Amino acid sequence: MSDLRDLYQEVIFDHNRHPRNFGPLPDANRHSDGFNPLCGDRLTLNLRVKDGVIEDARFEGSGCAISTASASLMTEALKGKTEAEAATLFDGFHHMVMGEPTTVDLGKLAVLAGVSEFPARVKCASLAWHTLNAALKNEANPVSTE
Amino acid sequence: MFDVAALRSQFPILQREVHGRPLVYLDNAATSQKPRSVIEAERHYYEALNANIHRGVHALSQEATDAFEAARDKVRDFLKARRREEIIFTRGATEAINLVAHSWGRSQLKPGDEILVSEMEHHANIVPWQLLCEATGAVLKVIPIDERGALVPGAVESMINARTRLVGITQVSNALGTVNPVAGIIRLAHAVGAVVLVDGAQAVPHLAVDVTALDCDFYVFSGHKLYGPTGIGVLYGKQALLEKMPPYQGGGDMISQVTFKKTTYNDLPYKFEAGTPHIAGVVGLGAAIDFVHSVGLEAIAAHEDRLLAYATQLAEGFEGLKIIGTVPGKASILSFVLKGVHPHDIGTILDNEGVAIRTGHHCAMPVMDHFVVPATARASFALYNTTAEVDALFGALRRVEELFLK
Repeated sequence: MSDLRDLYQEVIFDHNRHPRNFGPLPDANRHSDGFNPLCGDRLTLNLRVKDGVIEDARFEGSGCAISTASASLMTEALKGKTEAEAATLFDGFHHMVMGEPTTVDLGKLAVLAGVSEFPARVKCASLAWHTLNAALKNEANPVSTE
Repeated sequence: MFDVAALRSQFPILQREVHGRPLVYLDNAATSQKPRSVIEAERHYYEALNANIHRGVHALSQEATDAFEAARDKVRDFLKARRREEIIFTRGATEAINLVAHSWGRSQLKPGDEILVSEMEHHANIVPWQLLCEATGAVLKVIPIDERGALVPGAVESMINARTRLVGITQVSNALGTVNPVAGIIRLAHAVGAVVLVDGAQAVPHLAVDVTALDCDFYVFSGHKLYGPTGIGVLYGKQALLEKMPPYQGGGDMISQVTFKKTTYNDLPYKFEAGTPHIAGVVGLGAAIDFVHSVGLEAIAAHEDRLLAYATQLAEGFEGLKIIGTVPGKASILSFVLKGVHPHDIGTILDNEGVAIRTGHHCAMPVMDHFVVPATARASFALYNTTAEVDALFGALRRVEELFLK
């Protein structure tokens, strides 16, 4: 049996109760929306990218603890990263939540590794990251991971 | 005496465990579990009767046809329809509504005609009408609901008018549990010459239905919420209406004579049953109706009402829990939200405790918008549920509280 504590770690509760980088980003130049209609998870991601570096990242919206914590942790991890480094993190994160091995150093994002034991919740953890992918590509259509 | 233990023993799946705990199945509004008699009826069909129906001269074909048509008679009796020709088998309630929207709607409606549905409808009773409006220029109007989850008093009266051609209304809301006053709505609609389609998917497991007394024009339900198989459902339609409607799908069984010059259609009900149907499903649905009769709908409703009353009492004493849908006389559905916890997190934690509930929008997104929630958690009760399972639900909700709100 998968332990709930592997999924719901203290760090996740903390980021769910007090999401970091939550709110608007008026001088953003990259933007994307993520929406999982079956769950009702909805988020808007704003980035300020200059010379290929993500200077600032903020998000808004509402969702479950996993999707909120994932978005919060992601925005923390992104600041100061190049777009290429962000893409590497995306790949590493994707492998981790799918339960596949990865050589990418995910740092604090590793608290979400337990999601791989709960297949129904992988889409919650991934929503923010797929929204990031769309924002970096400046895709206009909302993203869904359902 | 309602013997829950004896009833439970007829449902093989209730013996299984989930995550090392006994299964507590409270997602009956999504689909109910199946008694052994239904499973055996399908097995018997495939092991002893399987053949195509309405065509062969051999013994198996005749026996399969007899079993199939006997189930139609059971459905006719179950709905108290006047004639067996008024019972059309479909894949489910959804297909039955689409059949009416396509066949009746496209042949009847013109620009400016109005279709009335309620804000609490399942998407299956919204989207087919939206498609019909796009195709014909008719207009979809929405009867609003109030803060209890009931139709706003007086709204139907004020919205029905000479342009209204059809009212689509659910008898029991799958997201809220509200039981709608369909008889009164049917009288109002008939007074202006409109027809009424009643969505009975959530009602038939809980209420005795009499389509003749109700005088509804169409009534639809799915077998799988009535302890029957998935993939089989029913459209009841008044004979005079069905006779005037063009076929929905073309193919075998629905024709009388085919030439490349002209094809004539079969009589009711076969005109609307193109292709080889889900014969085993129909036989299984017949067995499900026998099962429900053997327990008795009144006894089932009384049992489910007791469970709902008990669950509601525990819910009202649970800090931070808000019930969505608070109309008196609801049918076996407890929809709720918990302050500070998203329904999906509730669903995962409850699942870990062996408790299966539904979390999400319940295919009724307008209801979620109305109550300004992204989703709800929904426990729904069936004849085999027990007060001990209600206790297990609230025990598991305490675990949610410990994890999230400590």
